[in-house]
Amino acid sequence: MSKIILETRGLTKHYGGVHALEDANFILHEGEHVAVVGDNGAGKSTFVRQVTAVEQRTSGEILFDGQPVNFSGPLEAREAGIETVFQTLALADDLDVPSNLFLGRELFRFRLGPFSWLDRKGMRDRTLEALKTTAVKIPNVDNPIRNMSGGQRQCVAIARTAAFASKLVIMDEPTAALGVQETAQVENIIRGLKDRGIPMILISHNLRQVFDLVDRIVVFRRGRIVASLRKDETDGNDIVSYITGVKGGQDPVAA
Amino acid sequence: MAEATHGVGGLRYDPAKRTRAPEWNVLGALILIVLVFEILNRMQGGSFLFNMRDNVDAIFNKQRLDIMILQVAIVGIIALGVTQVIIIGGIDLSSGSVVGATAMIVMSFAQTAVVNGNPNPKAIFGDWAMDLPVIVPIAVGLACGLLAGLINGLLVAYTKIPPFIATLGMMVSARGVARWWSNGQPVSFPTESYGSLANGDLLGGMTFGILSWPGQNPAVVFVLLAILFHIVMAYTLYGKRSYAIGSNEAAARMSGINVDRHKVLVYAIAGLMAAVAAILLTSKNLTAQAGMGVMYELDAIAMAVIGGVSLAGGRGSIIGTVLGAAIFSVIISGFTSIRLDAYYQEMVKGAIIVGAVVLDQWRQRKRARG
Repeated sequence: MSKIILETRGLTKHYGGVHALEDANFILHEGEHVAVVGDNGAGKSTFVRQVTAVEQRTSGEILFDGQPVNFSGPLEAREAGIETVFQTLALADDLDVPSNLFLGRELFRFRLGPFSWLDRKGMRDRTLEALKTTAVKIPNVDNPIRNMSGGQRQCVAIARTAAFASKLVIMDEPTAALGVQETAQVENIIRGLKDRGIPMILISHNLRQVFDLVDRIVVFRRGRIVASLRKDETDGNDIVSYITGVKGGQDPVAA
Repeated sequence: MAEATHGVGGLRYDPAKRTRAPEWNVLGALILIVLVFEILNRMQGGSFLFNMRDNVDAIFNKQRLDIMILQVAIVGIIALGVTQVIIIGGIDLSSGSVVGATAMIVMSFAQTAVVNGNPNPKAIFGDWAMDLPVIVPIAVGLACGLLAGLINGLLVAYTKIPPFIATLGMMVSARGVARWWSNGQPVSFPTESYGSLANGDLLGGMTFGILSWPGQNPAVVFVLLAILFHIVMAYTLYGKRSYAIGSNEAAARMSGINVDRHKVLVYAIAGLMAAVAAILLTSKNLTAQAGMGVMYELDAIAMAVIGGVSLAGGRGSIIGTVLGAAIFSVIISGFTSIRLDAYYQEMVKGAIIVGAVVLDQWRQRKRARG
């Protein structure tokens, strides 16, 4: 078996008395694409928020790239190589596409602390390049993204993730608000990641999409992982049985 | 680059039809307002900014223009600092009071020992504080403004209280400092070098006498600072961070921007600008009074808002604020020129501020409708 890129051991998150995530044991291998599915409130997004350190876990261990990690925030996770598309878009509406793509990791002509001179042309060129490799069409990258459609904005967010992806990509329902054509574009970006051998965790409600894109499906139910199934060993009905609790019961499963 | 002609979903996209920068609208409004006042003045048999009487050579009514520019420059300097605060989604209500407090403190370190052969009748400190090199009051003043700005910034960034409340507190406190400093007495009689800060000929000095604009140093400083602020906001990381924070603070945070530290820096620079204004104002008037700078904060905010800086944060520019400052000052001089009573002027000023904000809201709704 290939190298393990991400592993969680007994990952648990309580919000006060609510046990949102309970003893999650999860493994992701190098180059593997895994889908995380489950009903609303099953703990999928909570799981992602612990891994990306948007929130701090109640207990449990996270191993990334073989090392136990304790990221203090999403920035540290990103610097370690985990790129995330969050459910709520982390975009600045009044900035143009290059500024959003490079938000927090700008290119400079010269450094002078907070008054460093931005390399606007360099960022614009690399943006166009990134959009080309992801086949995302944005009519005018110099417009503030406020004026763009939901699909275009989502494509910007995903292009940002794909362009900077290094070790692991996490996407939290990337196509939830998109039309048919835009969804196809996003799925193409994801296939591109697969070709580049970049591992991914995809949270999705769309089982058609999940079966199309990933190698393995992990089912969450009531804060626990109840199934981890290879795509070719299961089918839609099977997954739905786990999601709804017909199968799997309450017993946690190592994923 | 290969221009994409189709958007997502194959929608037609016309690259020629781009959103026009709102600054052009502000410039148009400025020209329109100047013309309106010119016509109103002609109807009364006078003139506003343009001289077309046979006996005068100059195109411009220089006297009125000079007064106008001086008026706009000092508040305009404050408006530059306030603009970047509004762009990060904040507000600074303290700048007028910071001008007042800084003015009193600065002047106490700028006094001269002997006035017309007598000891300085308004002396605040003993001999040790008399006839100090001009750099001392400047440094003290900048430190005062910086301190006030830092307190504002730390309150906003780390206590998470709304900027409106934090700077309202500073507004009241700083005015208290101004009144307490000399028990309400004016502080006067600065050294000659201090007086020349505003009344000298900085432009002449800078251009080795090729150009000259005596007595208009506040305007020269305003223009220089406006250029500096424009460059910083448009071309550096500082500006990018500011717009990002005002546009979507959560996204900025998630992108790794140290939002809190940046806020402190922005408010500190705003305080610094209030101090620059206080130094130039006291130097111009050769005296400091506890009531200096009253309402300047609102005038500065008005300049920014008129210039298209959105109170919601994330949108606006230094160019907009400079144009907004020009409009503001044209309107005030315009009312004076047609002999509108000062009381009416304040009423109209209030209406203009509200009108500019309404216009901004309207613009946003229109944009949302597409």
